[in-house]
Amino acid sequence: MPVSGKPVARPARPGLLEFTYLPSILKGMWITLRHMFRPKVTMQYPEQRWSLPDNYRGLPALVRDEEERVKCVACFLCEYVCPPKAIHIEAQEIQTGVEKGPRVFEINMLRCIMCGYCEEVCPEQAIFLTKEYTTVGLNRAEMIFPKEKLLEMGGIRPDPIKKWQRLTSKQGPSETAHEPVCAGRGTAR
Amino acid sequence: MNGTPRDLPAGMEGSHELEQWILTTRLADYVAWGRKNSLWPMPMGLACCAIELMAMVAPRYDVARFGAEALRFSPRQADLMIVAGTVTKKMAPAVKRIFDQMPEPKWVISMGACASSGGMFRSYPVVQGVDEIIPVDVYIPGCPPRPEALIEGIMRVQQLVEEGARAAQTGARAGRPAPAAGTR
Repeated sequence: MPVSGKPVARPARPGLLEFTYLPSILKGMWITLRHMFRPKVTMQYPEQRWSLPDNYRGLPALVRDEEERVKCVACFLCEYVCPPKAIHIEAQEIQTGVEKGPRVFEINMLRCIMCGYCEEVCPEQAIFLTKEYTTVGLNRAEMIFPKEKLLEMGGIRPDPIKKWQRLTSKQGPSETAHEPVCAGRGTAR
Repeated sequence: MNGTPRDLPAGMEGSHELEQWILTTRLADYVAWGRKNSLWPMPMGLACCAIELMAMVAPRYDVARFGAEALRFSPRQADLMIVAGTVTKKMAPAVKRIFDQMPEPKWVISMGACASSGGMFRSYPVVQGVDEIIPVDVYIPGCPPRPEALIEGIMRVQQLVEEGARAAQTGARAGRPAPAAGTR
């Protein structure tokens, strides 16, 4: 059977100089010395930070619209889609009369894997992943973020759809005008 | 220099003249200062979080700036356990045993979603949070957390060491409050 490939030759017996290990030591020291004059790669973390890309996925947070309304309508889609089931929602009625809202909205940040499914599935664009990534906690209870904290983290994000304006302004005239489209939609609900 | 009160720094008026040159401290604070700046982590790398743990030690993030670069693979030489990764029920006895082998005082960082709470593995072979078997001091969320988050956790541990929060608790470890129950 023919030999495939080329066998490696056994290294020659080291000479007297190699037995002192000095050439190897000097070679290693030379590499160390060379690295001293190369550009420094260390990022001085607490002072210096990495610039995050726009689509960075950090901790999730709830947002308000420009009129300070909680955009979340407690549809439970994010709770349903969340792979580690980190989100816990309880719904309540809210004053505007056209939607509901969350009474309790908790995210267990120690369960959260920052996958972004909640942001992707949200029909109201109410939950977003922030760029926050250095939060640490001292116990489990403090890492379950309540609604208020999530809203504070998310801040205000303008709503281009103006859903609330449309829903609340249409409700007044539709009762007097009796438009068939609106009536149909009203009964369907 | 003659020790008139005007020569003393602010806040030290009325104190003894010698205190300008002599720094006094309590022995406990001195020891805590030493411990804080030479944490020797025990890398309990069990899954992908361990890659970020290695990145933290590598030159880019360089945890040697915090004095915690001496990762010891023997629990006898370590005082900070970083549990990085999914703790399975099969691994749990080993984690517990390695923790028990570490000399006091010791601290534990639970790194990532899996170690902290089980993460997305809500299943029978996974321990739902390593704090069910060993006491955890700092929890780091993320899947996996960035090396910066881990450095943040180490800085938090240093804070704990400085505060001496654990010194009083060393004897009372058995009476430690149970991990907070909640939505797990």
